[in-house]
Amino acid sequence: MLKVENVSKVFRSGAFGGKKAKVIHDIDFEVKPGEVVSLIGESGSGKTTVGRMILRLTSVSEGRITFDGEDVSALKGRALKSYYRRVQGVFQDPFSSFNPIFKVGRVFRTIRREFLADLDTATWETRLTGALNAVGLEFAALDKFPHQMSGGQLQRLLIARALVLDIRLLVADEIISMLDASTRIDVLNLLGDLKRQGLSIIFVTHDLALGNYISDRIIILQKGSIVEMGATDRVFGDPQHAYTRSLLNAVPHLHERWSDAELKDLGLVKDTARFGGRLVEHQPDHLVRVYS
Amino acid sequence: MLAVSDLKIHYRTLAGSVKALDGVSFSVADGEIMGLAGESGCGKSTLGKALIRLEERMQYVGGEVTLDGTTLPIADDWAMNPYRFRKVSIVPQYAMSALNPTRRIGRMIDELLAARGLKGSTLRPELERRLAVLGLTPDVLGMYPIELSGGMKQRVVMVLSTLLDPSLLIADEVTSALDVASQKKVAGALVEFRDRGYVKSMIVVTHDLAILAQIADSIMIMYAGKLAEKAPTRTIVEAPAHPYTRLLLGSLPEVGIRFEDKRLPGIKGRPPSLLSPPVGCRFRDRCPLAFSKCVEEPPFIEIAAGHQVACWKADAHAQG
Amino acid sequence: MTSTTDSAPASPAAKAGRNEILYFALRNPKLLIGAVVFTIFLLGAIFGPMLATHEPMTFDAPPGMPPSADYWFGTTLFGQDVFSQFVNGLRSSFIVGTLAGFTAAIIGMFIGFFAGYRGGFVDEVLNMLTNVVLVIPTFAVLLVVAAYLSVRGLGTEAAFIGLTSWPWAARAIRAQTFSLTSRDFVGMARLNGESTLRIIFGEIAPNMSSYLVMTFILLFGGAILTAATLDFIGLGPTDSISLGLMMNYSVMNAALQLGMWWWFVPPGLAITAIVGSLYVMNVGLDEVFNPKLRAL
Repeated sequence: MLKVENVSKVFRSGAFGGKKAKVIHDIDFEVKPGEVVSLIGESGSGKTTVGRMILRLTSVSEGRITFDGEDVSALKGRALKSYYRRVQGVFQDPFSSFNPIFKVGRVFRTIRREFLADLDTATWETRLTGALNAVGLEFAALDKFPHQMSGGQLQRLLIARALVLDIRLLVADEIISMLDASTRIDVLNLLGDLKRQGLSIIFVTHDLALGNYISDRIIILQKGSIVEMGATDRVFGDPQHAYTRSLLNAVPHLHERWSDAELKDLGLVKDTARFGGRLVEHQPDHLVRVYS
Repeated sequence: MLAVSDLKIHYRTLAGSVKALDGVSFSVADGEIMGLAGESGCGKSTLGKALIRLEERMQYVGGEVTLDGTTLPIADDWAMNPYRFRKVSIVPQYAMSALNPTRRIGRMIDELLAARGLKGSTLRPELERRLAVLGLTPDVLGMYPIELSGGMKQRVVMVLSTLLDPSLLIADEVTSALDVASQKKVAGALVEFRDRGYVKSMIVVTHDLAILAQIADSIMIMYAGKLAEKAPTRTIVEAPAHPYTRLLLGSLPEVGIRFEDKRLPGIKGRPPSLLSPPVGCRFRDRCPLAFSKCVEEPPFIEIAAGHQVACWKADAHAQG
Repeated sequence: MTSTTDSAPASPAAKAGRNEILYFALRNPKLLIGAVVFTIFLLGAIFGPMLATHEPMTFDAPPGMPPSADYWFGTTLFGQDVFSQFVNGLRSSFIVGTLAGFTAAIIGMFIGFFAGYRGGFVDEVLNMLTNVVLVIPTFAVLLVVAAYLSVRGLGTEAAFIGLTSWPWAARAIRAQTFSLTSRDFVGMARLNGESTLRIIFGEIAPNMSSYLVMTFILLFGGAILTAATLDFIGLGPTDSISLGLMMNYSVMNAALQLGMWWWFVPPGLAITAIVGSLYVMNVGLDEVFNPKLRAL
């Protein structure tokens, strides 16, 4: 369905784009229908940039991204609109995703105006109610200002916004990192239910436990390169790359305490990122970057 | 040693007083790292802030706070000044973004110290020694905030706020905005500082129970402005007595748990409004164990050594 | 907006939103005081000339008279009616302020919005243009141009001011647009496939509405002040009267030394009060537009 083919991203800065910085190096992966793929990495790993490129909010410098065989970068006008009917995104900060001066219901009016203007009112209302029910919110919620709602409610409204469109792929960029533990699990379970109904999800996160809970496949990004990827149980059950291991070691567990030595290892964070190398198959559906 | 008894702090809003902290009593022993957890709006940050500085909108309503035998004048902003930084210190939630981007770290620290009537140069050797303890070279003092990672900035702020060996340090959501690797280092730094005696005791405010399970000696759970449970970390994690604690722990996905295999339950409903909180147990609307007695407020009582709970069913629950 | 035809429940909400703004606007003392003062002068500019019983520029009155029943604001040293000059001058000031303010606001908004939203190359080019106009010694140019035009009208003056005073507005709007563009709701709008113009005027501009009103108010006030300054140093319109010209004539003819306060106090007071009321209104508007500054 969605294919990211050898994609790189170069950001230009300085006077007339004089300075260049390559932030994404030759990324290649695929998302199948009904699959949840987690992009995991620390800040600066480029995981958000990848999500934004898929959503066409950031341009692709090299390589291409295709959806059902169509090159996403080439889409214009009607074709682009039809792409956004099938692919939508939800971002990290729910408060920033809503225009603070309008009531939250405006988001749905815009969606109707932009995509579903031909729908008669009764059908539209049924559809809207359906989407709101799916995320556990009521009609009355639409009549509030963003600052009168909690982050979790806003995040669910944004998911409902995407659901109104019958989308096939959702790019969820750190959508629960700003939420409380109890609200987090609600949103995660909602994503799980949607996946069961056939929705594909790209789940961008820095939290390995959350990525593990929900996803079928994992992609570990370090400084813009994929260092390890594959089926969730293979990557987490048998991590091969040093970076994946160090990330997994740093995850706090409830029932297992770090040893004193482990906890107090306070040396400078070493920059272990290495460029080059290539991805080789460690076992079926499990690729690891090796350096020669 | 910190002792807090029946502390009440309200927020003034146009709609009325929000009872953010509604009668809270607990103590933190010397050498103890106490974790303070709960959902947003439960009053945990209010409690942390109240111990050092009341914000404009925060109103002291009642209660007493004693630190090492002296009563802290928390309601009096001016009288608290001699205690701040020297006796009680805080690493605030947004410490990282509070750093002035146009000043080098070292110069900023000198200015902050000067504002407290201290000389930067006399404290510099100790400052550098402590930075080294946390794995930071003295070079960071010559850098601008933008050159440091979030975790490094957080550690610099930690060193600065504990420079005068305060008795109590409040760490307010210090790990929340960090990546796992930096999170671990900041957590380790907190323990290191306690072990070296730079601070006697600590209150670590966070919504992340997994981090507390790693570093805290005891954990206190708050719900809707009241204490729900306090116990040694092991007990909270392995044998929680309050139904809220159980649900909170049950909603944490750990590495290894998959949605496909085991769907974690959330907590239904929302915390009550603290403008006019309900009588009785505040958790009863969401509680699976609620029964008729819950319309009376359960006392916060000790059910085992060091294990306090505010729940009518706690006794039976802990044993069963 | 197409929303008026929607029967979605959010539709009445939008209406309530507008009523809310009105509700808070009517209860904001700063806004009310500013608006009242401003309206008084505006009415003076519109209807004043109709009330004036004498021509502003003819010398048909006894010279140097203090205010009286016949000459409400007294007369000048040369026997002109000060009241008539004042209301006509008020009208010129409003015309110059409005024309110049609009010109500058439209240029500034266009350049600011596009530079801030598009970024990159577009931004660099527009920014360069802004900087060029910003560093041109505006006043010197005005002096030179004014010296070459023998007959100058209000329109010419307004055009000069408008074409030279937009850079700071463009910069301010660009900065605001830039920061708003990085907010996720702009990303959400792009995910709707909305056009650039729709995003700018539907998502970004409403967030800056108080800011834009403020920009216009400041441009308007600034234009009145600049016009007064130009008039005062003798570069104003040659074919009509204005508040600045009144000040110019009164000072040149030593009204202060002669104790003829009625000649220079009304124009001076009017300029101060108009510009002052605009600033006060601006502060009030900010409180009205921003839901966070209101009660919950």
